Amino acid sequence: MSANLINMLMEATWQTIYMVAISTLLGAIGGLPIGVFLACSQKGELLSAPAVNKVLGVVVNATRSVPFIILVVAIIPFTRLVAGTSIGTTAAIVPLTIAAVPFIARLVENAIREVDSGLIEAARSMGATPMQIIRKVLIPEALPGITLGLTLAVVSLLGYSAMVGAVGGEGLGDLGIRYGYQRFMPEVMGLVVLILVVLVQLVQTIGEWIARRVDKRAPSNRGA
Amino acid sequence: MKTDTTTGAAISFDNVGKAFPKKGGGSVMALDDISLSVEPGTITGIIGRSGAGKSTLLRMVNGLEKPTSGKVTVAGRDVGAATGAGLREIRREVGMIFQHFNLLASRTVYENVALPLEISGTPSREIRKRVDDLVARVGLEDFRNRYPAELSGGQKQRVGVARALATQPKVLLSDEATSALDPETTQTVLELLADINRDLGLTILLITHEMAVVRDIASHVAVIEDGKIVEDGSTYDIFTDPRHPTTKSFLSGVTGVTLPQFIARDLTETRPKGPSREVMRITFVGDNATDPLLAKMSTELGLQVNILAGAVEEIGPRPFGNLLISVEADRAEEARNFLEHNQQRTEVLGYVG
Repeated sequence: MSANLINMLMEATWQTIYMVAISTLLGAIGGLPIGVFLACSQKGELLSAPAVNKVLGVVVNATRSVPFIILVVAIIPFTRLVAGTSIGTTAAIVPLTIAAVPFIARLVENAIREVDSGLIEAARSMGATPMQIIRKVLIPEALPGITLGLTLAVVSLLGYSAMVGAVGGEGLGDLGIRYGYQRFMPEVMGLVVLILVVLVQLVQTIGEWIARRVDKRAPSNRGA
Repeated sequence: MKTDTTTGAAISFDNVGKAFPKKGGGSVMALDDISLSVEPGTITGIIGRSGAGKSTLLRMVNGLEKPTSGKVTVAGRDVGAATGAGLREIRREVGMIFQHFNLLASRTVYENVALPLEISGTPSREIRKRVDDLVARVGLEDFRNRYPAELSGGQKQRVGVARALATQPKVLLSDEATSALDPETTQTVLELLADINRDLGLTILLITHEMAVVRDIASHVAVIEDGKIVEDGSTYDIFTDPRHPTTKSFLSGVTGVTLPQFIARDLTETRPKGPSREVMRITFVGDNATDPLLAKMSTELGLQVNILAGAVEEIGPRPFGNLLISVEADRAEEARNFLEHNQQRTEVLGYVG
């Protein structure tokens, strides 16, 4: 295998990691508060705001129902506005983040809804404000679930990142399409897939390890 | 360890009602015209079956539920009318423990007890001192850095108690705190509550469906059914002279005086023809509760008394006995007169042929 090819693979791997890492980070920054809000704002809940909850829910669902490849193309003007360009690895972060935010928001919402409502009652009985309940009870208690959700999000974004080649986003998926498929270099395709498999395994293993570390519920108590 | 003495606060319910809206219009009365006053520093039990409304009643004391009519006051402050910061201030004066403990799985024992203090913005040095005191008070020094998942049910409830006391409340609410525990652990948790009541003087209001819990620690009891208080008074009076059928049925489980099956089966309300025996309940109360009255009756009246079931119990320091006996029906009135003359209560249950 040529040194050139190895270089390309390494660069593409780095680009993929860069895109996914930044978009996960931004997606978490955006998705966490939205997820918390979605989990706490139905009628009679901590931050009761049923109308806003409904609207936000519709927006989140709408964003999630647009196929990613179409989202990438559809928001090109927005991407140009934010990133200054609509082409390249950095520009690809914009659609990846737009896709990540609602996805992570739903995962966070689910994790928070898993928290025993008795804990909210206990915190209210102590005189906690809604914000204190969110910060000191809901998020810490949901952390194992949030961690697993973020792991899932990273793995999904690895998949999405293969599609941003459509706007010159480069990365592993793009390399696989251009060299492995269009130039009939099956060894490149094979290597790209192999690297992606290894990345996903790595992410999953690390994610589960962290989730176990933050999970103080004994195995016997899980799901109880 | 009497560093954190507080005084209890009075709780009063004045004509409290709670209506929940029903699907398709109308409403369900969960609580109906409840009036009850809880004296400062007492332990009062509210007993009722599930769905009777006792949980709703308890939650009105710290404003987790709001009355739809009437008024609930704690230390003279109207809980139902309080909102925002005012309500949170009341809540800091009212600790609460729960059937399922409601401890944070992500926090250690120490951190769980510290939570209410963090919430109230207590400086961390003071938090450390208070939490150390409380953890010691409930006997969990060796477990301070353990997580709830590593504790037994009784230990978890001790953490719950320590946490409820963290903000030096004047009232402690107990929501079926021992219902998820085995009998032995229940005893130790009840003893802990009684100790706290004695040492700190705070008012304890507890709800339960077990009369034994009331007998063991409560000085007062209210029986609630279908959203109404059907009977209330001192525990001793309620135990020795229950009036309402619900109260009696709660008591039959705990006083151990139910008729043996073979008697209950043949019991008739009216006296059958021919020779028969009258079955009666005698409740021994007061100073004579432990006197050998039956033996005396036997010798003085020359009566043959058949003992069917019985128990002598204590409520606080005062003993009382419950005995089911049968005597020859022809001479039953004589026996009842003798017993009532000696200040004991009797109740005719029926006749057996």
